[in-house]
Parts: sequence; structure tokens; C-alpha cells
Amino acid sequence: MIHCYKLNGYNIVLDVFSGSVHSVDDLAYDIISLFEADTKENITKKMLEKYKDDKSINQKEIEEVFSDIETLKKEKKLFTEDTFEDKAFDFKNRNTVIKALCLHVAHTCNLNCEYCFASQGKYHGERALMSFEVGKRAIDFLIENSGTRHNLEVDFFFCFSLMNFDVVKKIVDYARSVEKKFNKNFRFTLTTNGVALNDEVIEFANREMHNVVLSLDGRREVHDNLRKTITGKGSYDIIVPKFQEFVKRRGGKNYYMRGTFTHNNVDFTNDIFHMADLGFTELSMEPVVCKPDEKYALTESDLPKLYEQYEILAKEMLKREKEGRRITFYHYMLDLEHGPCIYKRISGCGSGTEYMAVTPWGDLYPCHQFVGDEKFCLGNIFEGVKNKDLVNEFKCCNAYARPECKDCFAKLYCSGGCAANAYHATGNIRGTYEYGCKLFKKRIECAIMMQVARQEENS
Amino acid sequence: MSRIKTLNTRKLVGETFKTSGCGECQTSCQSACKTSCGVANQQCEKKNA
Repeated sequence: MIHCYKLNGYNIVLDVFSGSVHSVDDLAYDIISLFEADTKENITKKMLEKYKDDKSINQKEIEEVFSDIETLKKEKKLFTEDTFEDKAFDFKNRNTVIKALCLHVAHTCNLNCEYCFASQGKYHGERALMSFEVGKRAIDFLIENSGTRHNLEVDFFFCFSLMNFDVVKKIVDYARSVEKKFNKNFRFTLTTNGVALNDEVIEFANREMHNVVLSLDGRREVHDNLRKTITGKGSYDIIVPKFQEFVKRRGGKNYYMRGTFTHNNVDFTNDIFHMADLGFTELSMEPVVCKPDEKYALTESDLPKLYEQYEILAKEMLKREKEGRRITFYHYMLDLEHGPCIYKRISGCGSGTEYMAVTPWGDLYPCHQFVGDEKFCLGNIFEGVKNKDLVNEFKCCNAYARPECKDCFAKLYCSGGCAANAYHATGNIRGTYEYGCKLFKKRIECAIMMQVARQEENS
Repeated sequence: MSRIKTLNTRKLVGETFKTSGCGECQTSCQSACKTSCGVANQQCEKKNA
């Protein structure tokens, strides 16, 4: 399968099953686009007619393009057949180990954000804080269930994780005290809304956290519209100076400034550029996922504008790179040479199999987005994973699980999509969240275009 | 190939589930987005991949 598209002046051909990317001129683009649908003779006639005013294009040039295509086919870089599909069905029988836990250290919040999927931290249940005993047991559970995996991830979630900071510190200290003994390397991530940030937290996080995720929606008026304090005031002025201090003292370690855009700010690139103006360079901006009847829900009519925004962002990022003002956008990070292997591309995020969320009282869920929905409870950290059938269902959630993905060029970049988004959109973890797919495909097209542009710039 | 430029990419053809999938890489949703399943931006932990 190939995917041909034009973007930012480039003609791009993606060979889906080899992962090859080609930047081609107009003639090659037209021939490749028609190659499988028509005969060589007919395509040649069409090209001679279409380019009759172009002196550089003649029968010989067209022959040469056909010859190049055949060479690339032999090298398995173009029109490569799918050799992975049959193997995907073995996924149910694969052995998996747990390598990442999302610890819900606080089910309560000091903000009252309108669009919060965690229902302002309560996760549709009672407010609660994780105890150290539960956190310690979660670390032991992860070590016990991680097999020979060396790198283990623990994420202190959610925006309100600092409401239980003392427990976070103790959990980290405990994990550090046992990691060498078990030949493990813990990578911690802290997600915070910034309200409770202080010197102690900054010093601790910059020492212990592999990554920090800082929640900011961009411009003051956009941020304050939905991210309010308990008293109803905007939180922008409280958190921005703290985030700036945090990142300044982070010394180049990983962080993401992460925002959410909604129907209220479909011009979300202005929020990304605002983050950049504030001095932040590692940026992530996600489309809101919510019920369609919410007033801030993204609509079908927003899509053309959103597509345009993603293009604006890609072009502006390329421009800033040339000017020495680089910014990173999470979804445009694409390493074509050293990116994920085929197993990762097919198996996806690992929710419910390699990755689980832990509630404050120790229950296990497939991921943070399923917490609170009891039918998705997998077991608990004390007795282990009990609901094996559900784990098997998640094992089978992969790039080949959904008929809608069959002809999609992006399936080896998204692995079939987010199970939680699919469930919330269709009632089935193996459904598809079409709106998310549309945005994902646009982002991948832009990310690949940026790679092409960089290559063209260097050659 | 004057009209076709091919970028250097990881060669997926030939990779199998035995030779790939060491599992040491980051869980994709965990790093920043928390609401999507993109794996494209994940780094492979194998230095010679």
C-alpha cells in the first residue's frame, strides 16, 4: 500500500509496509499514483499528453521513471506487500509483562477544569489520596510482573499529583532503594497543573523525574476559560511564573508543556506559539476528548480549520528551525531511521497488557482513561490481575484489529488508535474514534513532510 | 534516480516479532499526550536498530 500526498510544495510517497518515504517530482508522482491502477502504455500516453508543453519530459524520461519504480519495488521500498497481517493474530498468545504503571496518587484536585475527563480529579467517585503503603506495593507489583524488562516507567498522575507530594517522594525513594537489587531502572514522570509547585517540588522533580508534564492551555484567556481554581478564577497567572522557573532550573532534562484545545480555540497554533513566547520549547497540544454535546466539543465543521492549523504549525516550525528558534511538537517528533520496531507499531500503547493504571486504593485498570468504570477493573496490586479475559481483549487491540484500519496508511503509526477513545466513541475498545483518526492522519502527513523538507534543505 | 529521492528510514521489511519487540521503549501514551495512541514518535531503545 502506498499513500501519495502533496503538502507545502512537496510531493510525498509513503510506502506503508516498508516505512519508506520518497520525495518525488510531478511526473514521478503522477506515474506512481497511477502505477497499480492502469497499464504502462496508458500511463505513458496520459503523461505525454499532460506534460506536452514541458520540453524536459519525453518517452525516455517516462521510461526512466518506470525503471526506477521497478528498482524500488525489488528493493522493497515501494508497493511493498503486507507481510505482518497474518502474524498480528498471534498477539493473543504472546507473553506480555507489565512495564509501566500510572499511579493515581490523588483523586482530588485544586483546580476545577471544565473539560477534565477525570471529573475534576474525582474520577466519578470519591475523593481519595494514595497511601505510601499502596504506592510501595505498586512498585513491588511492577517489579514482580516485569520479567526481564530493565526500564520501568511510573507516572504520577494527574494534574493534581502534587496534592499528595509527600507520598510521591516516599514512593520514589522506595523504588530507588530497590531498583539496583532487581536490575531495574525506574523512569518517573510527574504530571502537574503547577498550582502547588514550590522550590522543594522543583528540586525534587528535577533530580528524580525523567520527564515532567506541565499543564497549560496557551493564551491567558484560553487557559483561564476552562482551567479555573476552586473559587472560579483563572489559574494562568498562578502557574506560568512557576512553570518558567521549573523549566529554567530543569537544566535541559525532558519536559512537555501540554495543553488541550477545544472548539473554543480551534486556532490552537496561537496557543502553541504563545507557549513558545513564554520561553517553553517542548510542546504538546491535544484535541479535547469529550461527549459531543459539550459546548466546547470539537465539531465536523472545525476540521478544515484544524487541518490548516496543523499545516501552519509544521511550516512555522521549519521556519523557526532555520532561524535558530527551534520548538518541538510532540506529534511531529518522528525519527524515521531509529523509530519504533514493527512489534511496537502493531501492538501500540500496551494499555491493559504492559501498561496499567493504579487507583489510590490499589485497583488496576487498563489505563488512566478507564479508571472509575468498574467493568474495566482488571484486579488489584495485592492479588494481581484477575480478569484475564479482559487482558486478552486488550492484547488483541492492535493495528490489525479494526476493519476500518484495513486500508489506512497511518495504521503503523497509530497502531489502530486509542482503545479508550474508541470505547468512549463507539462502546467497543476495538471500535474507531473517527474524529481522532482524521486528526492523527493529518499530523502524520505534516510530520513526514517536515522530514522531507529537512532532507531537501540539506541536499 | 533524478525524479525520486528516497529518505533513509528504518527498514521494517524483514523485522519479525522475534527480532523486534524488546519492550524497553517508553509506553507511548505515558510521555505527554495521555489521550492518543501514536507510536510514531517513540524512540527505539536498541542502539543498533
